[in-house]
Amino acid sequence: MTDVSETVKTGMRVRLGGGFLRAIEVDLRLFGMVAALAAILIGFGIATNGRFLEPVNLVNLAVQSVSVAIIATGMTLIIVSRNIDLSVGSIVGVVGMVFAQLMARVLPDYIGFDNPAMWIIALAIGLALGALIGALQGFIVAYIGVPSFIVTLGGLLVFRGLTWAVTKGVTISPVDPTFRLLGGGPQGSVGGTVSWIIGIAACVGIFGLLAAKRRQKQRFGFPVRPMWAEVLLGVVSSAAVIAAVWVFNSYLWPDGLARRYAEANGIVVPEGGLRIESGIPWPVLVLVGVTIVMTFVTTRRRFGRYVFAIGGNPEAAELGGINTRWAVMKTFILIGVLCAISAAIATARLDGSTLDLGEGYELYVIAASVIGGTSFAGGIGTIPGAVLGAIVMASLAYGLSFIGLSSPIQDIVAGIVLVVAVAFDTINRRRKV
Amino acid sequence: MNVSFGGVHAVSDVTIDLQKGEILGLVGGNGAGKSTLIKTLSGAQKADSGDILIDGEPVTITSPRDAKALGIETIYQTLALADNIDAPGNVFLGRELTDRWGSLNDSAMEDATRKVMKRLNPNFRNFVAPVSSLSGGQRQSVAIARAVHFNARMLIMDEPTAALGPAETEQVRALIRQLKEEGLGIIMISHDIHDVFDLADRISVMLQGKLVGTVKKGEVTMDEVLAMIIIGKLPQELTATELAELHG
Repeated sequence: MTDVSETVKTGMRVRLGGGFLRAIEVDLRLFGMVAALAAILIGFGIATNGRFLEPVNLVNLAVQSVSVAIIATGMTLIIVSRNIDLSVGSIVGVVGMVFAQLMARVLPDYIGFDNPAMWIIALAIGLALGALIGALQGFIVAYIGVPSFIVTLGGLLVFRGLTWAVTKGVTISPVDPTFRLLGGGPQGSVGGTVSWIIGIAACVGIFGLLAAKRRQKQRFGFPVRPMWAEVLLGVVSSAAVIAAVWVFNSYLWPDGLARRYAEANGIVVPEGGLRIESGIPWPVLVLVGVTIVMTFVTTRRRFGRYVFAIGGNPEAAELGGINTRWAVMKTFILIGVLCAISAAIATARLDGSTLDLGEGYELYVIAASVIGGTSFAGGIGTIPGAVLGAIVMASLAYGLSFIGLSSPIQDIVAGIVLVVAVAFDTINRRRKV
Repeated sequence: MNVSFGGVHAVSDVTIDLQKGEILGLVGGNGAGKSTLIKTLSGAQKADSGDILIDGEPVTITSPRDAKALGIETIYQTLALADNIDAPGNVFLGRELTDRWGSLNDSAMEDATRKVMKRLNPNFRNFVAPVSSLSGGQRQSVAIARAVHFNARMLIMDEPTAALGPAETEQVRALIRQLKEEGLGIIMISHDIHDVFDLADRISVMLQGKLVGTVKKGEVTMDEVLAMIIIGKLPQELTATELAELHG
């Protein structure tokens, strides 16, 4: 008897909880990841008496996760289509080297050091190189049929070796000052006012998108979320955006930098120092842009649908008349371009390129994508999940080094988290089926 | 039609024909060449030689896309569904509807899928879950919806009821009859001789890559068709002893 009433009670509770989540139609996995990230941040916050949660740390953390997060969005598509790319770190290395060479040595000979178009030319060449490398590897995988593990393992060696051979191990510096903005930091951020404008525009965009989706569904007579759920979703998302902008704007320019800036521009420094809000760092804006574009391509374009179909059932995709080879080749071109974007940000942060630029990225990128819910069996994964996965990894690394744990310990924790996260996911998925 | 793999003639000199609104049962043991034969029609397999005529006109089919453009749709035994994608996504796989910017128009695809399902399987409700979470009969409905939505003229069904329970089998049989009423020509491959006798108008039997013969359902008994499948002889060539051995 007690058993029955127990079941009824838990059944009810599940239905109530499930009803709420069903009403707002939020991806449970993403919801769980946001909760895990919040737990990590709050945990480190408590362990450091709140110092970890100061704006300067949160901003650094955000910027540090960008390089891996950008590539992880592309890695998700690669893994979804049942492939893998081990060469991403070496592509970052070789493209970063080309960026630095172009701006420090090659381009000045032709167009002069102060040419305002320098960063655009360098960026265009780097992105094209990334696409070309991706296309080459993608062609060998898709059309010649060599397993992607092998092709990109070869790529890992070839492109790292190439970087060594060209630079002979020397660090190349500096890069163009405008290009350096991509690296973030107080001067590589958009400033307080612009940040608020971006934040408000994002909120308007969120509500606009929710309204447009609702109208579209109503036009076809499909079920829609209850109104309260729509409003709740819009308000919570907007609050998150506003909170993020607030954190970025709470990070002020350091005193010395602000004083020098005031002197250079003839501004009188008021009592208590000059308050200049840094605002959203450029690399974070780039990541937001990449995330939006990649999510759009993945969920709204034929290409994304085909990648998922290939991952779900390659034979079915082929029989459906899909050009599966070209779709796979495109995923590699895409990740090549993303590696180039990531390389631009890394080179800009370092103000040059070093020999080990991007080394080990492949592991962090794959880990981020997998922690974000991408299944190695193929066919399952999301872009926002991969970005969140990268931020979770970066938070752990930053937090552990912040409380003074050495780098080997950080690696141990990162490794354990990776396996535990995926084990949790696997068990969860098995129970659902 | 001829197809060979290396030195093996999987299909040699087989000719079949199909009328509008007719169901042709294609039967034969394992390795008889049924699947290879229909793969040439659906574009999944190239024929070494042979012609395909539609309304008397010769056509070339080198890919699944070609076959579909000619109105030949195939429902494979495996159903060929992408399990991780929802029903509308599968119905339109490879032929997605897009808006004027070339982006996927999921609402229009869901709407069209709801309409075709209303005709095929009114009990079908789940349009947003991945098809991996659907029952065998529902998955079959999705595969059939994909085939008939695009104004198919000819339907090839490979073992349409093999993976289904009794209730679902009956449902699919009713559906096949309905499609025949609508004027589709259907080639149905089946192991189940009862299925074939229940649905088909004519029956073609293959053995070891060759066509044993094509017979009208009303003119043969089930035993005679079994004899064609196993011994490879037409009813009129069959001796009484052979027929007895079959039961032996």
